[in-house]
Amino acid sequence: MRSLYISLVSEFYKSRKTLAFWAAIILPVLICGLIAFGFYTSADKVLKNNYPGLALWAQYSGAALNVMGMLILPFYVMFMAFSVNNIEHKNDTWKTLFTQPLNKFSIYAAKYLYAVMLLFICLLLFVVLTFATGYLLQVLVPKYTFNDYNPMLILTKFYSKLFLASLGILSLQFVLSLIWSDFLKPMGIGFIGTIMGIITANVGWKYAYLIPYSDPTLALRVTRAKGAKVEDFPIFTQEIWVSVIFAAAMFIIGYFILLKRNIK
Amino acid sequence: MSNFAIETVGLNYNFGSQTVVKDLSLQVPKGSIYGFLGPNGAGKTTTIKILLNLLQSPSDQVFIFGKEINSNRIASLKRMGALVEQPAIYAHLTGKENLVNRCILLGIKKSKCAEMLSLVGLTDAANKKAGKYSLGMKQRLGIALALISDPELLLLDEPTNGLDPNGIIEIRNLMIDLTTKHGKTILVSSHLLAEIERTATHVGIINKGELLFQGTIGDLHDLSKPSVKIETDNQEKAIEILTKAGAEIVQEDEQTVSVIFKTKEDMGNMNALLIQNGISVYSIGKERKDLENLFLDITSKN
Repeated sequence: MRSLYISLVSEFYKSRKTLAFWAAIILPVLICGLIAFGFYTSADKVLKNNYPGLALWAQYSGAALNVMGMLILPFYVMFMAFSVNNIEHKNDTWKTLFTQPLNKFSIYAAKYLYAVMLLFICLLLFVVLTFATGYLLQVLVPKYTFNDYNPMLILTKFYSKLFLASLGILSLQFVLSLIWSDFLKPMGIGFIGTIMGIITANVGWKYAYLIPYSDPTLALRVTRAKGAKVEDFPIFTQEIWVSVIFAAAMFIIGYFILLKRNIK
Repeated sequence: MSNFAIETVGLNYNFGSQTVVKDLSLQVPKGSIYGFLGPNGAGKTTTIKILLNLLQSPSDQVFIFGKEINSNRIASLKRMGALVEQPAIYAHLTGKENLVNRCILLGIKKSKCAEMLSLVGLTDAANKKAGKYSLGMKQRLGIALALISDPELLLLDEPTNGLDPNGIIEIRNLMIDLTTKHGKTILVSSHLLAEIERTATHVGIINKGELLFQGTIGDLHDLSKPSVKIETDNQEKAIEILTKAGAEIVQEDEQTVSVIFKTKEDMGNMNALLIQNGISVYSIGKERKDLENLFLDITSKN
């Protein structure tokens, strides 16, 4: 456990000046900021629709969620998984890392966990910023109806789904970036995968949920039981299970790949 | 307790079907500076990687301070510091940050960093990005990284690579300091004998994965005893006469024969003896092989 903690602290320390780390913060700030700005400057147009509280929140948070789930999130995940591994490829530091008196599995697990944490931080910021900027807009444009509904629960549930549904892609891209030190291979595969995911999810292919790349898109489609409240939808749907199980499998496979690869 | 910091027993290592290390039995005594010599591609770096457990060795073939490495990986690594191939440095971090990162991983105080920086003369460049360092500075930082945990055993793979003459002398003195004053053991690899000669107490020469020579630096010097090279008109007869007279032949080729040099008088006697037996001596002279040639000789044999 101490090995794991030490390795994790070191991961934070050495990547705190890299784009992968800052992207986790800049991405939500930028996207939420832009949407809030849009809602502020074109408040007149939005107000014409006379949305009630819930619908207004849906419009507002949906702007970020849809873009994220479809495109930006998979690409961010790909880029991050690449960066976390590339820091060692580029500097040829795998060998140093593995000559430290630390458990090999801890070093690997810390790297993986770090990537998961970055993703978590990124999505957590989305929740917090969507929530905060919504109320800020209410103050700036008093005619808005953000005050009428508290979206915390529904936002948290949606982003939790998105987080879990991205773990599959994250793990796959993590392992790809572990194997190849160059940018193009994992990115190329990820790009094709993402496009395939979007297409299969959108044409409604029966087995689309089995492709990790389509899981984030699918996760945001929520079906509720009749008469249930808006917040009442299950988090653990089949695409979430696929993503989580896939992630666990890739995590284990990645470790054995790393052990093998260092033998050369 | 074993007296060896490193001991390998009949170590073999293959990359697929290619044998990289063959029946290698290294014995690195505690407190020594062990010069690990060999031409490029002889298996030096592979051996060092095995000693660091980066490459898995067969069980019971590698012992660090008397303990089998595979079953004592973490305990062994705690006592070792290493610089393998080019120093592995995070280019986007400063020199100091590289050291701080290592302190985090090793769980040691960050105050050690300043001490290390001044030891390798990088205090002024501490806050410069390591990616912008010159090759020599990177090498120094690599050495600082290897030393920061105050290990008992240091494995340095061509540490003076890319250093200027001043830097080379500094590293040399540092190595001598570490062993004599602080009781460390150092294994230092190189493909240049001249560089090792000045510092090493022990030498191992490896080529094509095989250990060709191992012993103290004195043993190595003994191998390079002076000889007398003689050129005559009748090679066979000359050899016959010389052996009868008790001279030890060390080398012979088509035109010349070399025998061990004893004294100047002995050289004169040999000359007279040959002439008395009707052989024309074209040339006779004392010759001493320097270590560089000896090294070439040893490594070209297999």
